[in-house]
Amino acid sequence: MASDTKNLNPASDCRANGKVRSHQTQNEALLFEKSSPGKRAYKMPPLDVPEVDPAALLGEACRESTGLLPELSEIEIIRHFTRLSTWNYAIDLGMYPLGSCTMKYNPRVNEVVARIAGFAEAHPYRPNSHAQGAMEIIELLQKCLLEITGMDAITLQPAAGAHGEFTGILLTRAWHESQGNPRRTVLIPDSAHGTNPATAATCGYSVENLKSSADGGIDLEALARQVNEETAALMLTNPSTLGVFESQIHKIADILHSKGALLYMDGANMNALVGKVRPGDFGVDVMHLNLHKTFSTPHGGGGPGSGPVACKAFLEPFLPIPVLVREEDGTRHWNYDRPHSVGRVRAFYGNTGMFIRALAYILANGPDGLRQTTEDAVLNANYIRKKLEDLYELPYNTPSMHEVVFSDKRQAAMGVKTGDIAKRLIDYGFHPYTVSFPMIVSGALMIEPTESESLEELDLFIAAMRSIAREVEETPELVKTAPHSTRVSRLDEVQAARKPILRWKPAAS
Amino acid sequence: MRYLPKSPAERQKMLSEIGAQSIDDLFATIPAEYRLERDLRIPRQLAESEILDYFHRVARRNSVGYHSFLGAGAYRHYRPVIIDSLVQRGEFLTSYTPYQAEITQGTLQAIFEFQTMIAELTGMDVANASMYDGSTGAAEAVMMAVRVTGRHKAIVATTVHPEYREVLATYTKYQGLPVSLVAYDRQTARIDLKALDAAVTDETAAVLVQSPNFFGVIEDIPAIAQIAHAKGALLIVAITEAVSLGIVRPPVEADIVAMEAQSFGVAISYGGPYCGVIAAKEQYLRQMPGRLAGQTVDRDGYRGFVLTLATREQHIRREKATSNICTNQALVALMATIFLTVYGKEGMRELALHNLAKADYAARTLSAQPGARLVFNGAPRFNEFVLHTDEPPDFWTPRLLDANIAGGVPLRRWYPELGNATLWCATEVVTRAQIEIAAKVISAASAEV
Repeated sequence: MASDTKNLNPASDCRANGKVRSHQTQNEALLFEKSSPGKRAYKMPPLDVPEVDPAALLGEACRESTGLLPELSEIEIIRHFTRLSTWNYAIDLGMYPLGSCTMKYNPRVNEVVARIAGFAEAHPYRPNSHAQGAMEIIELLQKCLLEITGMDAITLQPAAGAHGEFTGILLTRAWHESQGNPRRTVLIPDSAHGTNPATAATCGYSVENLKSSADGGIDLEALARQVNEETAALMLTNPSTLGVFESQIHKIADILHSKGALLYMDGANMNALVGKVRPGDFGVDVMHLNLHKTFSTPHGGGGPGSGPVACKAFLEPFLPIPVLVREEDGTRHWNYDRPHSVGRVRAFYGNTGMFIRALAYILANGPDGLRQTTEDAVLNANYIRKKLEDLYELPYNTPSMHEVVFSDKRQAAMGVKTGDIAKRLIDYGFHPYTVSFPMIVSGALMIEPTESESLEELDLFIAAMRSIAREVEETPELVKTAPHSTRVSRLDEVQAARKPILRWKPAAS
Repeated sequence: MRYLPKSPAERQKMLSEIGAQSIDDLFATIPAEYRLERDLRIPRQLAESEILDYFHRVARRNSVGYHSFLGAGAYRHYRPVIIDSLVQRGEFLTSYTPYQAEITQGTLQAIFEFQTMIAELTGMDVANASMYDGSTGAAEAVMMAVRVTGRHKAIVATTVHPEYREVLATYTKYQGLPVSLVAYDRQTARIDLKALDAAVTDETAAVLVQSPNFFGVIEDIPAIAQIAHAKGALLIVAITEAVSLGIVRPPVEADIVAMEAQSFGVAISYGGPYCGVIAAKEQYLRQMPGRLAGQTVDRDGYRGFVLTLATREQHIRREKATSNICTNQALVALMATIFLTVYGKEGMRELALHNLAKADYAARTLSAQPGARLVFNGAPRFNEFVLHTDEPPDFWTPRLLDANIAGGVPLRRWYPELGNATLWCATEVVTRAQIEIAAKVISAASAEV
């Protein structure tokens, strides 16, 4: 054992409560610490061609050793990753109300169909005649997403939401350039996700901040003052990060369009809208979707995602290459001959495995299921709001859609912050909400239950939040030192950043 | 709807507790003229059995059972079954970015292990938690070099994957970052070192090469590094075939490595999801994009892991961030981590050796057919090679397909100067029999002319 940290010294460390700290499932070491020479978890078939001498073939480019890669048997690998998995919280274990992330149920049939050999083994450069199935999936998903958004054209190429934003703003820029002026600025509300300003900067735009109105929405007068002939677009999340629908959305679009600027919609919160209202109908010019949010593809500990971009017809010529085309005889191919395209944003065609899963979700729902899903998501958020608004401060009284944002104002007065309440929620068996976002709310608690929670689970969550509010008054230290039930608690982030240890190294002998 | 855990009575009860008459009350902020008062025009709700039927039916329109010599940035390797067993555990599959370290230690430790193995394999000091894919990773690496050097020009080898170069062009278009190309040596397919030397100036932020390059040839990294470093430019090495690192010397002279890790146990899946990664020398850490997991201790002194150095990232820095990237490819990185653990130290070498041997045999066998020859000579290859045939690939491709073989990728689309050349890949899953059948078909096709 190469490390001097405590959990690798499993001496009998029996706590007063009888918990044995040295329990093996609580102390899984790093792969490298478990390795010993000569163990194997693989077996190659016999080589059926003549052996080669790597030194002769590669010369100086020949590698001596792959260094510290571990040597373990198969059962040890299974146990290693299974034990690690038990240190994770997941949707499959309970409610995961991480606001703006839409942590909904990930249907298992999606995983099954994405692994069908015909899709999983399809090489991106196989002849078109042998890829018609993958293209059919892409085509049907495109059709469904266009109908859901009310837009005219779409690309599935972007790999995630932020990548979709990048693509969408590139389309915007390309269109403005075609009109003779790329323009200079992108307007972004102060309630926006950090990817929005980062994206605008990546596309060569300067970011102009748009201050939210008293009710947390877009201030129309301020907008009218700020939009001018150098404004390329407004990047708007609708419903906003407060979970509020911009009811003046058509006026916002009109103000922008009157100056030739475009309305970009960040579709992160599309789970509040599907089947009820379509962005294409309320003035949006270009938007992205997050298949890993709204369309149930698994979040996987941080990805992969998929961030399709849908747009109005006037932006279609600028879509990334290649674009899927269907001939009259029903065969499909990729068209690369698109002179106005912004180019390519990713190799190949996008995260096809995610397209298959998203389409399986849409087919499992149908029009009635998607509408009911949206209604249940909004119902759940409003139920939580109703049951907690007497104990937690509502910074904005505007009606909530799929998520509700409280502030820690009352609890902070007693020295307990949103981050502490979040940690205490872990002890009650829930993943915390999103902490301290959006930034326009001081000490925000951003709660998005999604449609996947039963009344029973919601009531348990509400009971936990109410109990914590009482603890804040009666035993604040208990909350401030949470979580108490986890394997590790309150990890030292300052030390992690000050002296970064980003890889394992063998101890100097 | 079977995914929705509520009875009609429960919905009614919740509405009345909220004080709403009907669900429509909760959507009242949406102006009436925009509300969708009809069903979406999408297929009707399907039963699970119908979904399976549908996807199996469509998948048959993608052919199956073909032996493939396709590579060019997406590689067919054997995937040990425990990869899918483990990544389908709900605790990995249905969790998200490990913002709350106490309940995401599993993901965080696995990322730390991934970072360690990638750094070791690439010969770099540090690696991040993943990027979208190899192409975007390479583009982000160039932007990173611009931030490190404060210079605003980049040089790219024409032997970098053509689609990677297209992505780079898109990423740099509005960054005031001219990209110039350096051609390859027509004999060896390596970058033309003289031309590179002439192209690099003290305004060059980065030189981007790929190794093994798009033609499968291993570049002379020490020589390229010397040229780049002599003018103060950074060297970025892109790697599309990660399995090569089992037997090919890592590019330790590089400053940044941008790699596609799909070869490490990730399904080929018609182009994605894959797993990019950026690795670099330690001194460039603070300019690296993407998430990083770091080791620390908890309040009782126990080892644990957290996301760290977030002050580089968009959710803190907004428009001044190192990148707009947020979601990455965590589950795919986990697949790669498991793959590398299964093969381990000895296995990665043995696996790479099998690739070397199969490709060597395939290159020798195919190029021995009448009308066929290897285009490049004199520099080492890994598992890909370029074959030229007297007849255009359109001529023999259908014949190979009739024999259940997908042959090499035609290169004319990107490299018109190479005429009928095709790029072939033989990994460990290709058999001697398949190589010999392919040779026979090409030979027979040539005899028909």
